[in-house]
Amino acid sequence: MDQHLRIELSKQGILTTTLQDLYNWGRKSSVWPMTFGLACCAIEMIATTMARYDLARFGAEVFRASPRQADLMIISGTITKKMAPQVVRLYNQMPEPKYVIAMGACAISGGPFKQGYNVLKGIDRYIPVDVHIPGCPPRPEALIHAFMTLQKKIEEQHLTGADRPRHLNPAEPSEFLVPGCGEHDLEPPYNPEVWPIFKVIGQ
Amino acid sequence: MLSGPYTVIVVLFLAAVGFGVGPLALAWIWARRYSPHKPGLTKNATYECGLEAKGDAWIQFKAEYYLYAIVFLIFDVEAIFLLPFAVAFGGLSAGACLAMLIFLFLLVEGLVWASQKGVLTWAS
Repeated sequence: MDQHLRIELSKQGILTTTLQDLYNWGRKSSVWPMTFGLACCAIEMIATTMARYDLARFGAEVFRASPRQADLMIISGTITKKMAPQVVRLYNQMPEPKYVIAMGACAISGGPFKQGYNVLKGIDRYIPVDVHIPGCPPRPEALIHAFMTLQKKIEEQHLTGADRPRHLNPAEPSEFLVPGCGEHDLEPPYNPEVWPIFKVIGQ
Repeated sequence: MLSGPYTVIVVLFLAAVGFGVGPLALAWIWARRYSPHKPGLTKNATYECGLEAKGDAWIQFKAEYYLYAIVFLIFDVEAIFLLPFAVAFGGLSAGACLAMLIFLFLLVEGLVWASQKGVLTWAS
């Protein structure tokens, strides 16, 4: 429907919508995160859900203690190499649609522990991340901003077509490779399907 | 039919069934139309805490602690009976006192029996 016609109709008190908008509106207003904290960022995440910052305003107050009921995984903190397989497995166990927010420097890149032998240098090596929040730790406002960014992202998703989100596309996988603990590093060190290999050009 | 006394109940019943079945049917049609079915080995796993389930669920638990706990429970309850007995001891008749002592004797006899059966010693 033409945008001008919609605005004209809404001035007359007639609201129009499409199935896609209705679906996206419903989905973005009830994103249920998983009860899942990894490190100090989790404290900020808990603060975000409490009365002062009140994540319930965005329909996301229902933290589910089971991946089977959750839509959103907030990677809140340092991922040690020992924890990484569990994180990926939990992500695999979430039903579609599922989203990931990488919260804080550690979840993005390893953060202050990047030189550490036992820390994963960013969860996006194994699972697709929707929103990254920088900060160490990010304030609750930053998490709320990331959440609103995710809501905007959900709002713009198409139900059909080539650019539809991964949960509506049968060709996209729902499970990702769970890394194993090798002798010195996780095996494999990254998932080539998720983490693009940087090619050296001009040699 | 339309003016029957049960018409309202029939209408309400249909509405109630529709209220329950309608959303489920809509969700089912929606899933058929738009969202592809994506099961997986990890996703369908029994355990949902991120860890892999290992071992067998059919294992034997030791019954020793169970017996120990039962004996403890009996004497725990006995202590509750002993308290009012001690409070009212000054005003009790000889018959009531004797009844209480028999009660105590029966329980102590049971404890001795359990001890002789070896319930109180834990063999690893």
